[in-house]
Amino acid sequence: MTVTPMHFVIFAAVLFAIGAAGVLLRRSGISILLGIELMLNAANLALVAFGRIHGALDAQVFVFFVMAVAAAEVAVGLALLVAIFRKQQSIDVDRLNVLRW
Amino acid sequence: MLDLLWLVPALPLAGAVVLLAGALRFKHRTTTVVGVSSVGLSLAAALGALLQYVGTHGGIFVQHLFRWISAGDLTIDFSLRLDALSAVMLFFVTLVGFVIHVYSVGYMHSESARGYARYFAYLNLFMFAMLVLVLGANLAVLFIGWEGVGLCSYLLIGFYFEKDWCASAGKKAFIVNRMGDFGFLLAIFWAFKVFGTIDLAGMQQLITVDPGKYAAAATPIALLLFVGAIGKSAQVPLYVWLPDAMAGPTPVSALIHAATMVTAGVYMVARTNFIFALSPTALLTVAVVGGVTAVFAASIGLAQNDIKKVLAYSTVSQLGYMFLAAGAGAFGAGIFHVFTHSFFKACLFLGAGSVIHAMAGEQDMRKMGGLAKHLPTTYWTFVVATLALAGIPPLAGFVSKDEILGKVFAAGVGDLNGFGSVYLVLWMLGLAGAFMTAFYMFRAVYMTFHGEFRGGHEAAHHLHESPRSMTVPLVILAVGSVVAGFVGIGKALSFNLDINLFERFLHPVAPALEVEHAPTLAGEWVLILISVAVAVGGILLARRFYLGPEAFRRPNALAQRFPTLYTTVANKYYVDEAYDRALVRPLAGLARFSWKGIDTVAIDGTLNASAFFTEIAGDLLRFVQTGNVRNYGLLVLAGALAAAAWLLL
Repeated sequence: MTVTPMHFVIFAAVLFAIGAAGVLLRRSGISILLGIELMLNAANLALVAFGRIHGALDAQVFVFFVMAVAAAEVAVGLALLVAIFRKQQSIDVDRLNVLRW
Repeated sequence: MLDLLWLVPALPLAGAVVLLAGALRFKHRTTTVVGVSSVGLSLAAALGALLQYVGTHGGIFVQHLFRWISAGDLTIDFSLRLDALSAVMLFFVTLVGFVIHVYSVGYMHSESARGYARYFAYLNLFMFAMLVLVLGANLAVLFIGWEGVGLCSYLLIGFYFEKDWCASAGKKAFIVNRMGDFGFLLAIFWAFKVFGTIDLAGMQQLITVDPGKYAAAATPIALLLFVGAIGKSAQVPLYVWLPDAMAGPTPVSALIHAATMVTAGVYMVARTNFIFALSPTALLTVAVVGGVTAVFAASIGLAQNDIKKVLAYSTVSQLGYMFLAAGAGAFGAGIFHVFTHSFFKACLFLGAGSVIHAMAGEQDMRKMGGLAKHLPTTYWTFVVATLALAGIPPLAGFVSKDEILGKVFAAGVGDLNGFGSVYLVLWMLGLAGAFMTAFYMFRAVYMTFHGEFRGGHEAAHHLHESPRSMTVPLVILAVGSVVAGFVGIGKALSFNLDINLFERFLHPVAPALEVEHAPTLAGEWVLILISVAVAVGGILLARRFYLGPEAFRRPNALAQRFPTLYTTVANKYYVDEAYDRALVRPLAGLARFSWKGIDTVAIDGTLNASAFFTEIAGDLLRFVQTGNVRNYGLLVLAGALAAAAWLLL
């Protein structure tokens, strides 16, 4: 069996689903951030795969951008979590409902 | 000097601007200097221009200042026009205006510095507007002045605006005038549609070239112009604002509501006489309204006890005479009465102001009496002006009123436009009005100046002659009341010498309509004797009723014998009450309905209902917002999946 770019696309979809499930099902803030990272990297993989299929290089350029943004996002997200933990002694997102009506 | 004509209105405007800018800081002295000198310089400029006009020029002098409006076929220039008619007006408006400014210095000295500056600012602004009205070369410029004097009239009637009744008198004057102004505005539009220009010279030329072409349109235009004149010059049925306008300071009543502004209607009719001359219907309307007003207002004046109210109704009545003359085609005679009336009526008002000044604000003649020995100058000038108004020869009022009655009689005998009998009836109304005028004016003189003082001990102590700044204007105006008539002595009076300078001067711009079968010299003398007899009769009756030990007995007995008649007249025929029922209350009801019904219920209701439904919707939708991050995430994912599914399938 040869590995075609289509396999990468399918793999990316699976990875995205795992990430999304992580975001939706876990209650720990850290796990949610990890899930988001998975989704972002699944998207990166899909970009590269499609770039390969269409023979376009700009998709790979985009990936670098996404990685840079992801790094920034994680930095902000972790900082938020630290702030939340200091306030509530917990990072359980189900208890983060103070902004509700 | 003629080229400096623009200075005549510009100087009072500058005075008004300076005074308004400095009203909060100026002391009495500064205000006096600015306010009086602006009008004084304006008078000097006007006299210079008039001297040159009379000496060298003649004809029509138009000073083009700038193009004001230019749109399509319509071009309106801001130009001033000096011709015989505006020259006459210019002369007495600046002269009487200046004299009354001087008088005001004495009369208003007890006002606060702010009030004093505000008063002179308004008075200067009025002079500007009145001079623009007089000098306007087309109907639009004339209309600016027309509205300007209306505004200043409103401001000055409501000068003591902290008193409720003064403020409402100002509003009444403004609103009633609006009705007339609307007619004037429509007339201007109509004139532009018909003539394609609203320039006085332009319209006159078109009519001169082809009178027949414009005869049909002349009637509605003239009638609408006259509606404007009715409002401004306080004729039946829009006269009701003028008696209430006496709420303003007395010099204002003298300047605006006797000598100048209220005569603007007569001036406007004379100004557009070439339109009126084309329309017999309009002329007859003018004459009938004027004649009816002359008698109607005079009859109300018979039973008034407020000295300024007597003069106010007298003014309405005299304005009626001016329109009566214009309606008989004698525009020059009407303007002549405007001219003479401005002197003696201003003198009477200023005299009344001097009396009120001495009485510390009291205006009720029943509380006066015997003032002649305390206010000698006021008394003598008041009597001279009263004799002039009553029509005693050879004073100014006699000459001009006799001219009017003579012209109306001539129109009746000569069957002007086929309405001869109507003019004869109007002539008799005019005589009746002259009788009443002589009666109520001497009633006022006897009640105010003769007999015993009836105002109580304390008021008697306060009586004093007014300062020189007030008595000198009185003397000037009294002299004017004597001599102003000599410029227009009619044919019969001068034994056929034809020295009627006034009529000859005005003839190029305001020619009287030709009447056939003019009365003979002897006939005119009979008319003169009749009108003098009528005036003397009125004076003698007033003397019998209000002078001597039996004063007030006969009029009181009469009032008791005819109580209904007396109360009706004393209450001014209940015209104000009728207006209240017929117009004011329905309008107030409509306004209340618009407020409570349309505004509160319909407009506010719609807005409040939409806000209410938005709130309900928000109340329901807020349950979606749980605050749980993963919940939102799930919804986002579901949405994304739905969008993807929709795109793919």
